[in-house]
Amino acid sequence: MINTVKLIVLGLITLCAMIAANYARDLAYMVHALIIVLVSGGLFLWVLRGVDEDKPAILQSEYMDGVIRAGVVATAFWGVVGFLVGVLIAFQLAFPVLNFEWAEGLANFGRLRPLHTSAVIFAFGGNALIATSFYVVQRTCAARLWGGNLAWFVFWGYQLFIVLAATGYLFGGTQSKEYAEPEWHVDIWLTIVWVAYLAVFLGTIIKRREKHIYVANWFYLGFIVTVAMLHLVNNMTVPVSIFGSKSVILWSGVQDAMVQWWYGHNAVGFFLTAGFLGMMYYFVPKQAEKPVFSYKLSIIHFWALIFLYIWAGPHHLHYTALPDWASTLGMVFSIILWMPSWGGMINGLMTLQGAWDKLRTDPIIRMMVASLAFYGMSTFEGPMMSIRAVNSLSHYTDWTIGHVHSGALGWNGLITFGALYYLVPVLWKRERLYSLSLVSWHFWLATIGIVLYASSMWVTGIMEGLMWREVDANGFLVNSFADTVAAKFPMYVVRGLGGVMYLAGAIIMCVNLWLTVRKAPAQETSLTVAVPAE
Amino acid sequence: METYSFLREFADSWMLLFLFVVFITVVIWVFRPGSSAEYRETSSIPFRYDDAPAATQDEGRT
Repeated sequence: MINTVKLIVLGLITLCAMIAANYARDLAYMVHALIIVLVSGGLFLWVLRGVDEDKPAILQSEYMDGVIRAGVVATAFWGVVGFLVGVLIAFQLAFPVLNFEWAEGLANFGRLRPLHTSAVIFAFGGNALIATSFYVVQRTCAARLWGGNLAWFVFWGYQLFIVLAATGYLFGGTQSKEYAEPEWHVDIWLTIVWVAYLAVFLGTIIKRREKHIYVANWFYLGFIVTVAMLHLVNNMTVPVSIFGSKSVILWSGVQDAMVQWWYGHNAVGFFLTAGFLGMMYYFVPKQAEKPVFSYKLSIIHFWALIFLYIWAGPHHLHYTALPDWASTLGMVFSIILWMPSWGGMINGLMTLQGAWDKLRTDPIIRMMVASLAFYGMSTFEGPMMSIRAVNSLSHYTDWTIGHVHSGALGWNGLITFGALYYLVPVLWKRERLYSLSLVSWHFWLATIGIVLYASSMWVTGIMEGLMWREVDANGFLVNSFADTVAAKFPMYVVRGLGGVMYLAGAIIMCVNLWLTVRKAPAQETSLTVAVPAE
Repeated sequence: METYSFLREFADSWMLLFLFVVFITVVIWVFRPGSSAEYRETSSIPFRYDDAPAATQDEGRT
């Protein structure tokens, strides 16, 4: 019966997508319709072939780890793709000739840049968050994921969203809002997937067998709920045609700008901070084999972060049509954010109290500590840059890019790598990682890469800001825009090299994880009693 | 009063006070007597059920 319903629905979707592809008004929309035809048509055949097969019973006495294994693979894959595109566009800026003539309108900087940001934030970061949240919520609730195969729907639905978003950017279907580029039809699909994600996560918390909800789950839940709210408000659009990807947003003028940066900054605050803090509050204690330093501090950290972050957005709109009171409000809240950010960092670092020797022997702990250090640095730098006077120098310059990357590569990247190194041996039941020295190689390549990246962007950003505001004795501007572009060349090359090192580290990680699954000794499953050596 | 001005005035007075009181209450509640022992127990949750969920037979939560 359920199979019949599935077949009818999938058949209808395939038919509608074919009609949509036929009447499509633009290329991006047509490509999306064809992708949906392929996916739903393929699913139709897959369901049809499995009609007579018996489904294996779901074992409530086991964790649902298959979907997490898939998530780990997807995280590593999209990570490498995202870093690769990042390296390419970094060199496109240094050497414009890399914007090839034949790829004009498809693979030039303007098309690839949103592909890079979305690939690393939503594909790499998003898959990491979904996979680790499914892992953590099961282990800390002592319950199997709620909703059966709904978790698989979340996983594959999210991959479809990524493919639709990425192809949309390349073919020109974008609403040009930072971090919210996908057009209306892709937004609707993400909403469906996200509601399913919330249902799986919340369902598991509700059926938990532990009395308390562990703090990591609070952070993950805060991330899921807030991202849903942000996504809905910032994508209130009316499509021009149901057969086209173009849409018009409900907000206009400065209200639109404010909504966009309320969204944009909280994408940083709740996607890249709250979600990844959930990761930190589970994997750092696990890897250090010690409970978190202060559970009280973690609760205050959570509520302070939730109450404060949501107001920080207006600092993206200093010296614009936004009223001064609003941008001052954003600036003040950004500065108050120092406290919860550093409270969280201290809580994570102090978890190692009494286990600092692990820093010497365990490169995974080293990675997590470095990640927290970068979290501390970028959450110090961010509020400083939000101060109006500093912002007048830093805004629109490469300093901003450097700041974003010290947070994203340092904090989000390294904590995710740490979590992946922890998860792979556990999920594939291996005794240990294939090679710890490869982890060390990854650590140093990534760290040096970030340092090269951030320092070159500081130099070029401050230089650029100073060149823009330089006036001669008569009050005329000294430098033209092209002068600053020419002056930035050496720093652009250094930045690109930093990116190459970071990418090389990620590839080493993939090789190491692959060999862990293939070659590392399997975990002892039998309960052999260890005999103490005399 | 138009909607914008009303909301604006409400947001920077009563709503601000309300959210602030909620936050202060959370902070005070965290330091209530007996919380240390309870949080010691809660913070050890990640070290309990690594391999399999809690047995479904026993009634009530562990």
